[in-house]
Amino acid sequence: MFDKLDQIFVTALHWLVSYVPEMLRPVVSAMICIAFVMAVFPGVFAITTVLERKILGRIQNRYGPNRVGIPFTKIRLCGFGQFIPDGIKSLTKEDIVPRAADKVVHFLAPVVMLIPVLVSYAVLPFGKHMTITDYDAGLLFFFAVGGAVEVSVFMAGWSSRNKYSLLGAMRAIAQMVSYEIPLILSAVTVVMVVGSLNLSEIVKHQNNYTFGIAHWHVFTPWGLVGFVLFFIASLAESNRTPFDLPEAESEIIAGYFTEYSGFKFALFFLGEYLGMFAIIGLGITLFLGGWTSPVSFLTWIPSYVWFLSKLMAIVFVFIWIRGTLPRLRMDQLMNFAWKFMLPLALINILVAGIWHYMAADWQRWLVCSAIIFGAYAILGRGLMQNQNFGKRIYRYAE
Amino acid sequence: MLGEQIIKGMAVTARNFFGSYVSKERLTTVQYPEEHLAQKENTRQFPFLVYDGDDWEKGLRCVACQICEKECPPKCIYIVKSKDKKPDYKGQPQIYPATVDIDISVCMSCQICVEVCPFESIKMDTKFELSTDDRFGGLLLTKDKLAKPNSYYQQMHPHDAAESDAVIAAEKAKAEAKAKAAAEAKIKADAEAKAKAAAAAAAPIAAPVPTTPPPTAK
Amino acid sequence: MSPFFVITGIVTLLGAAFAMSLRNLVHCALAMAVAFSGIAALYLQLDAQFVGFAEILVYVGAIAILIVFAILLTRSGEAPEKSVLTSGWMAGIAVSAMVFTMLGWAVLNSSAIPKETSPAPVATVRNVGDALMTRFVLPLEIIGLVLTAAMIGAVIIALKEDSQKSKSEDGGQQ
Repeated sequence: MFDKLDQIFVTALHWLVSYVPEMLRPVVSAMICIAFVMAVFPGVFAITTVLERKILGRIQNRYGPNRVGIPFTKIRLCGFGQFIPDGIKSLTKEDIVPRAADKVVHFLAPVVMLIPVLVSYAVLPFGKHMTITDYDAGLLFFFAVGGAVEVSVFMAGWSSRNKYSLLGAMRAIAQMVSYEIPLILSAVTVVMVVGSLNLSEIVKHQNNYTFGIAHWHVFTPWGLVGFVLFFIASLAESNRTPFDLPEAESEIIAGYFTEYSGFKFALFFLGEYLGMFAIIGLGITLFLGGWTSPVSFLTWIPSYVWFLSKLMAIVFVFIWIRGTLPRLRMDQLMNFAWKFMLPLALINILVAGIWHYMAADWQRWLVCSAIIFGAYAILGRGLMQNQNFGKRIYRYAE
Repeated sequence: MLGEQIIKGMAVTARNFFGSYVSKERLTTVQYPEEHLAQKENTRQFPFLVYDGDDWEKGLRCVACQICEKECPPKCIYIVKSKDKKPDYKGQPQIYPATVDIDISVCMSCQICVEVCPFESIKMDTKFELSTDDRFGGLLLTKDKLAKPNSYYQQMHPHDAAESDAVIAAEKAKAEAKAKAAAEAKIKADAEAKAKAAAAAAAPIAAPVPTTPPPTAK
Repeated sequence: MSPFFVITGIVTLLGAAFAMSLRNLVHCALAMAVAFSGIAALYLQLDAQFVGFAEILVYVGAIAILIVFAILLTRSGEAPEKSVLTSGWMAGIAVSAMVFTMLGWAVLNSSAIPKETSPAPVATVRNVGDALMTRFVLPLEIIGLVLTAAMIGAVIIALKEDSQKSKSEDGGQQ
């Protein structure tokens, strides 16, 4: 019974496809999967926009949006209807293109932003047997496609002919390039241990239980460090506080989408959040066991529910961090990436190797934890000592 | 160690997040249309006209002196004097305003009209929910909309209202005393006239009339 | 010649043509990114997954951005007034077409290349990884060493100005 509930989407897909002539089946199946992604994740995005404002409000000791519910009734749904008027607003707003802007590139940028983000959902396992394309090199695919987002950011920033846009794009690209390295290096540990780039394989590897607790990678020393590094790097990749320099509204208005309005702005907004969900989904798959349950007695809960609830939990942490930490400065951002995260990621790869080749007993826990803790302490001290809180020197302005 | 302070900060925000659901005292904002924050005593929005008693047309303190109209910086007050006179609160016949219009879309809430009014008749209101779908007529307040009872003013600005009431009471007392004096002077004059007439009548008798000392006015 | 191949081929060729002929250099760089993506799509069609993804990751994600940065840091955004093609471009095309035909003819008629095509080798990502780690481990390590040396060199070049600057600042303070 629970198995059926777990596989309900898969069986529904097979049932739908069985009505189609043999020749069209792959196409129709792909179409249904695309429709599924296009329905679920923008829906999650819509909920998240409201949730983000509500959580930020509560963190600042105020009510968030809590008015809009079902129209023409008194039902307010705690304000979760807010995204409907927001969407209508952005659809009906005037679409302003600056006169000096490069019209074609300006138009194409949000589209180019959204395509790779949506394509990257193709390899994520949302549940048991729920991967759209079970690709052998899924992880490589994800990172390759993610690299194309930078081009769209540059297109948006450059074509707007606005200094703030260009500054935002430059910052965004510098940040994305810098943080992609720790992101990939922290994911490499998982590939080393599992021995596969296939994301379903990676989840399957974590779907074992000892004493009722799952073998998630985050429950090992290297996995914990890898997860933390991946988490920080994904914060930076999705341009969220404290790494939101590319769109720092107090400095450069909205960064690379300053000159976008109406639906194009909404597309950027959507692309940004979908990118965030995708990278969180990858983090869940790599370190948090994907769609598996953390304890063996909860395995009856459907796998997609686990995936979505893990996703929302991490989104909550993202919002929590946004409500807590101030924005970094550019030099702090770069120092953090190159002087702390990159060495720690490299050491973590070493630790994962040691973990892989040592016998599975308490000694390997001790050795790995000791190496990681020592590296963390030394690197952290180095990072904190290196702070130059003196007068800022402007190299070109004086 | 690195990250310690981040954890501390996260704990603070987490406490705020959960605390705001548990204790209402934490919340700094109110649910506005349903709940209102208590207003400060000196809040002011737009002017209104004070009247005494129950009937606003009879009790309006304004005597259409037009000082406020002249002093108003953005010229948002418009007053037309009446042709006839009506007794005011002192009982004297007085001109009253036939029209008082205040355009609150122009008014800048400077309170100069209140400062210059010698009759304590124009005061500042605290009502601010004045939005309307008619931007001309809806924001042009006429005399009937402007007139509000003194009790309303007392309730709204108790401190200022007490001062204003004291001024009015003093004025009234002065006027009453004056009236009394005038009345007594009149009585005295009448008495004197009567005495004179009596004396004139009694003159042929030539009887000396002892003159009574005139009653001293209070 | 599947329709997908035709489409990607046309897109790739158009991207390459625009990368040469557009006036605005940034447009050229973006057109080149399109060409790179097209090439990656062609690789993927040929079941060369690793090369395809590496193409996107390295060329679209990094090289195109690098070129764009180089353009922005060295030139003003103004497009040149006159056409990028010289006046004798027709003659150039004719000459290059002739050279290409000759070369193609020579290559196809050469006895050095086998006439029958061997079956396409299986090159999954796993195979590429295995080969890199076993047979080609020495070249891989050497390339890694060379790249690391290049990176250290770049870091040193970037450091130099900073250390001089701090030295001069120290001198100023004394």
